Amino acid sequence: MQDKIHSSYKQLEQKSKYTNLFLRWFLYFVLVVFAFYFIFPLYVMVVTSLKTMEEIRQGTLLTWPSGLNFDSWLVAWGGRGYGAGDTFLKPYFWNSIKMVVPAVFFSTFIGAMAGYVLTKWRFKGDKWVFLFLLFGCFIPYQAILLPMARTLGVLGISNSVIGLVLVHTVYGIPFTTLFFRNFYVSIPSELVKAARIDGAGFFKIFFKILLPVSTPIIVVTIIWQFTQIWNDFLFGSTFSFGEAAPIQVALNNMVLSSTSVKEYNVDMASAIIAGIPTLIVYVLAGKYFIRGLTSGAVKG
Amino acid sequence: MFKWLEKNLPKIVMAPAVGLIGWFVYGFVLWTLYISFTNSKILPKYELWGVGQYIKLWGSRKWLIAVDNLLIFTALFLIFCVVIGIILAIFLDQKIRAEGVLRTIYLYPMALSFIVTGTAWKWILNPTLGIQKMFIDWGFENFTFDWLVNREMAIYTIVIAGVWQSAGFVMALFLAGLRSVEDEIVKAAKIDGANLFTVYWKILLPMMRPVFFTSFVILVHISIKSYDLIVALTQGGPGISTTMPALYMTQTAFHKSQVGLSAASAMMMFMAVAAVIIPYLYSELRRENAR
Repeated sequence: MQDKIHSSYKQLEQKSKYTNLFLRWFLYFVLVVFAFYFIFPLYVMVVTSLKTMEEIRQGTLLTWPSGLNFDSWLVAWGGRGYGAGDTFLKPYFWNSIKMVVPAVFFSTFIGAMAGYVLTKWRFKGDKWVFLFLLFGCFIPYQAILLPMARTLGVLGISNSVIGLVLVHTVYGIPFTTLFFRNFYVSIPSELVKAARIDGAGFFKIFFKILLPVSTPIIVVTIIWQFTQIWNDFLFGSTFSFGEAAPIQVALNNMVLSSTSVKEYNVDMASAIIAGIPTLIVYVLAGKYFIRGLTSGAVKG
Repeated sequence: MFKWLEKNLPKIVMAPAVGLIGWFVYGFVLWTLYISFTNSKILPKYELWGVGQYIKLWGSRKWLIAVDNLLIFTALFLIFCVVIGIILAIFLDQKIRAEGVLRTIYLYPMALSFIVTGTAWKWILNPTLGIQKMFIDWGFENFTFDWLVNREMAIYTIVIAGVWQSAGFVMALFLAGLRSVEDEIVKAAKIDGANLFTVYWKILLPMMRPVFFTSFVILVHISIKSYDLIVALTQGGPGISTTMPALYMTQTAFHKSQVGLSAASAMMMFMAVAAVIIPYLYSELRRENAR
């Protein structure tokens, strides 16, 4: 049957060769047009960041810069060196790093443990516990902003990197649990049962049996959490506005600060700096990035 | 003692996750709900005041504009993301050369923050040096494109940037869906004389119903929560013409110090999300149980 379908399909393919050719050109045309639409802003950002303000006023968005001029990148990163009112990204970039690394670590660890228990040490009502955690993926964070602001104040960690680490760890748990739970479900429980009969304990089973096969899901989770936390603006801008602000908040402040003349080249260089870490991760590990997007498919 | 510890170890390990989510998600939502029934201004007050804040909210012109904008944005954002996403997914599914490169290009905006996206589009759309100038310099002297500073049109600039950011995501969802369909179904249909259009319109797209559903839920969810993009692109302006509920909530809470009122707006957002998410979770759970 399969062979028959195959051979008659081959004949059909021959017949419609010319219509196919036209169709293919149309296909490529549409795909390339959309590719331009998606590339356009990135192109504009990069060329604008390499121009002087004079060039920007004379040319158009698309004009190629006269040379590789990284001055505005240096200004965006390190400032102009005149004290007050000189805003630049360097300290905030480090704030973001200091925030992202521990928050990603803690949320991934807690999620891995939760996913492990929910699939390999099942207990009565575990489905409900999972649902209980899962709902946290979806809540609009506006519904927790006010009590969170007060809690951070009471704990004495408002407007600090530590406060943001706590916030991102907590609200990352539903996602990390979801990832690990869905991954561990597919690993046969017989292995775990056998190990339990042999007397292996809770942690030994995790480290000897599950952890060694968990690399892909750990990568997916780390990339997901890294992207989410690095790109967060709502928590950053609400809980941390001054010295401890993360990079997205600093970028926004820089672009909005209306001192003297608007320097679009510096704005664009800043935007690229703020976007580059996640872009690099995406280009290097796109496969895992997409897996996180589609399997976690609950992005907010 | 040791025995008890060993027996309950899994539950003890589970406790931090459950405790943190219980406190920081459920506890906090309940706190916000409670505050929305009080007359809290700068500081929370705890004596109940009834539904006054909700009456005030729905009588506020700014909130009504925010809800209006949300409806416009959600509708357009959904339609454009889904249509573009499906077209790209179907076209990419035709054994295209350089598929990997194209996919990477379509999806990279998802890796950027809305602040970065907003900053870029703000520069592109600004009337003095952006697209408008580009067309004028090309010889279209009467070309105007001032949506960003035009009260009536500014909301559509947010749609443009939002679609740019999220359409690739819908493409990825549909591509994964299409790839999971058996090849033989398509081939058999073609032998029966169906052309490519019919195959997709009559057979494959109807099979993608779960993907439609997922995209719908996620996109609506993104749009109800949209905040960063508006802050970066328009700050709710010109005037208050591009205010959305999320922006209204933070402004009311942190600039106007109307904690009770902002809690009420947060609860409205919460209910809107719940109305979309709970049926979704329910159906997902049923599907998983059926497996």
